[in-house]
Amino acid sequence: MPELLERHDTARLEALLEGDERLARVELRRQIARLELELGEFFESSFPGRGISFSVPATGGPRLLGIAELERIRDTLAERIADVRGLLEDRGYVETRNRELIERMIAEPERFKWVRVSNEDIGERGCRHWHSRPRYGIVGMLMGWWRVKVSSGCPL
Amino acid sequence: MNDAADPGWVAPAVRSEFPGLGLASLEVEGPSGRSPGPVQDRLRELSNRFHGGHAIHLRQRPIPWAYRVFFRQIGLDPDRDRTPVEQLAYDRIKSGGFKSRNHLDDALTIAIVETGVAIRAFDAEKLEGLLGIRDSGPGESLEGRPGELPQGTLVIADERRPVGMLFGATAEGRGVHPATTRIILAATRVKGVPEIAVEEALWMAAAVMGVGRPVRG
Repeated sequence: MPELLERHDTARLEALLEGDERLARVELRRQIARLELELGEFFESSFPGRGISFSVPATGGPRLLGIAELERIRDTLAERIADVRGLLEDRGYVETRNRELIERMIAEPERFKWVRVSNEDIGERGCRHWHSRPRYGIVGMLMGWWRVKVSSGCPL
Repeated sequence: MNDAADPGWVAPAVRSEFPGLGLASLEVEGPSGRSPGPVQDRLRELSNRFHGGHAIHLRQRPIPWAYRVFFRQIGLDPDRDRTPVEQLAYDRIKSGGFKSRNHLDDALTIAIVETGVAIRAFDAEKLEGLLGIRDSGPGESLEGRPGELPQGTLVIADERRPVGMLFGATAEGRGVHPATTRIILAATRVKGVPEIAVEEALWMAAAVMGVGRPVRG
């Protein structure tokens, strides 16, 4: 009888553990779904996102994944999001500084001789660029007549 | 064409892990030859409507996002093994349009791009019983593929054997070929994909398959 009770308790314990593990897998899948959405938002907002990797390698499937594998995917997604967020923050800082540079170039073009800032440098699409150059070529260069020329449109 | 889509089945062990998972199927007539003019026109019109912007926003749309999430949850990388709608978006951008291949593929392309739902096709005469989703058992393999499937691989199966990997290769001899006379369209539903979208996708593909065929009274 004690043996039977012991066996019964073990089976119950296993069932409880299995139930807990299933709940853990459900929770991990929920977290993966949320992180995938967040990564997708970054992908869209940063497009074309040159130099940014959005890759999250898979564990191999299609199959039912265990807790450890789901945790690995969740953690890799979270790490990737942290990397992308860091890169975008750095890039945002540089772009803001470049916008300020354009303002200063326009205000004092002679202080920024030959400096060129493109749309890409301020995080925008298109081929426009701001270029500090002398008016009337070499004459303007000798006379110190500098201006910022805004070029728009991509070459055909 | 049948009057209603078959609901399919999901093995209990798989259903308990993925409550939203399902497979619906619909039988249509084959064979699948060259697409008739109106279908090719529709594909061109779809190409004109679907731009790079759509492709970028895809993963933020609920249905394509739901498939991406499911791919991650079953160990697939959706950036390498693309979801059906993302694969078509990728091909569209790469080739400059949705290229017409044959009547069946064009019907699937139209339905997948319009709804985002994953649909594929099998030769109805090579299937035994209803299609469903289950995990593979020990020693099972996919016909035409060397070696055994790792146990627990998620497969689409008829009542006898696996006929394809879930979102993967189709078993040899179970796919549609030029002489196929009856085709099963099978749509895989995952959590987050409304049932009505699955129905719409199946009926849209079936309707496109019906274009250019004589109507039987």
